[in-house]
Amino acid sequence: MSSDHPQTDIPLLQAQGLAYARNDEAVFGPLDFVLQRGEVVLIEGDNGSGKTTLLKVLSGLLEPVSGSIELDGEALTLARISHQVALLSHLPGLKTDLTPLENLRFTIGVFGMRPGITPALALASVGLEGYESVPVRQLSAGQKKRVALAKLLLVPAALWLLDEPYANLDKEGIDLVNRLLDAHARRGGAALVTSHGAYAFTTGTPRRLPLRQSA
Amino acid sequence: MRYGTTPSACAALIRRDLLLTWRRRGDALNPALFALIVVVMFPLALGPEPNQLARIAAGIVFVAILLAGLLALDTLFRSDHDDGTLEQLVLSPHPLSLLLASRIAVHWLTTAVPLIVIAPLLGEMLHLPKTVLPVLLAALALATPLLSLLGAVCVALTVGMRRSGMLLALLVLPLYVPVLIFAAGACNAAQAGLPFLAPLLWLGAALALALVLAPLACAAALRISIT
Repeated sequence: MSSDHPQTDIPLLQAQGLAYARNDEAVFGPLDFVLQRGEVVLIEGDNGSGKTTLLKVLSGLLEPVSGSIELDGEALTLARISHQVALLSHLPGLKTDLTPLENLRFTIGVFGMRPGITPALALASVGLEGYESVPVRQLSAGQKKRVALAKLLLVPAALWLLDEPYANLDKEGIDLVNRLLDAHARRGGAALVTSHGAYAFTTGTPRRLPLRQSA
Repeated sequence: MRYGTTPSACAALIRRDLLLTWRRRGDALNPALFALIVVVMFPLALGPEPNQLARIAAGIVFVAILLAGLLALDTLFRSDHDDGTLEQLVLSPHPLSLLLASRIAVHWLTTAVPLIVIAPLLGEMLHLPKTVLPVLLAALALATPLLSLLGAVCVALTVGMRRSGMLLALLVLPLYVPVLIFAAGACNAAQAGLPFLAPLLWLGAALALALVLAPLACAAALRISIT
């Protein structure tokens, strides 16, 4: 896999003239940006400016009306997306009747696993040690978010698309997201993070990608 | 780096669904109880005359099982859609149709198989002749997976809508009617001492076709519903 031997000169993600419209009404774009490995970019915009839609387009769930997306220097196809891209949407994708550990095992079965990590380790690193066998139903909204973050730690995707990862998290949780993003960037991964800006990035100054509604 | 293979993904999905069914095993009995209640109503309404009941027994059992299956149909993709799992499955590196086929298989196993298991009891309650029972079971074994597969395509089309119950019933019923006609027809023919193999073979042929095509249609429909 190319992700095992990152070539620094080719950007992980490159978008040119990317635009999406719903029923002929422009949602965002046209948008040009480049995301290098090791970079974390914050997508900024007001409510309804198309942040979530942008992530869905980049993940391949929605088809852009115009423009091109290149992943690792090649045009995006669904097969390539799914190995390289992990999307954390506002729906956590957790089964509330199962325990966090059982949810993570399902994720591993479907998406595979990074080397050097286990589901228990992932849960411990998001601060959920001791909650391995509590049904997700009984966890708080913030704890559910942490389980969803543990899923990100396990899957072998290089590009993280995080939709409002700070929502529902306490101050410690926000630090946790920042730590996870830093570690991911150091491993040669990259992330696009949306936030309406209230409490994002207490540490560091990431690159920002402002999203404005096109007139 | 270990990527999930398609067999491991299907296995993970099947394991998860069986585990979920086990966690909610009370709910899993709902279709069987529903069919039982429907069948109990008929002798009460029509009178306990054995000959009269025996004449319509196979038809009643089929209608009861079909309606019970319809009741359970909406749960097929509903929770996966509402909690975002479906989004993740669509984005997974595996053929969506195979993942959905595993999902449908578990759904059939957990909702339709209990119905087949209680079918002899339902038949007995309606004085179904003993000679017809094997034909009834054979017809059920062919018809219920067909109903699950046809229903899954319709559920996939309507899962994005909030109140899809009525629409789902309208979509599903025309597809269910031929299955009902062939399945009940086989039993009626057996009861009348006529050859019953042809309608069973038709069901088998339709099932073979649906096994191949329904998961593909289901995947295409789900992709539309999600976006």
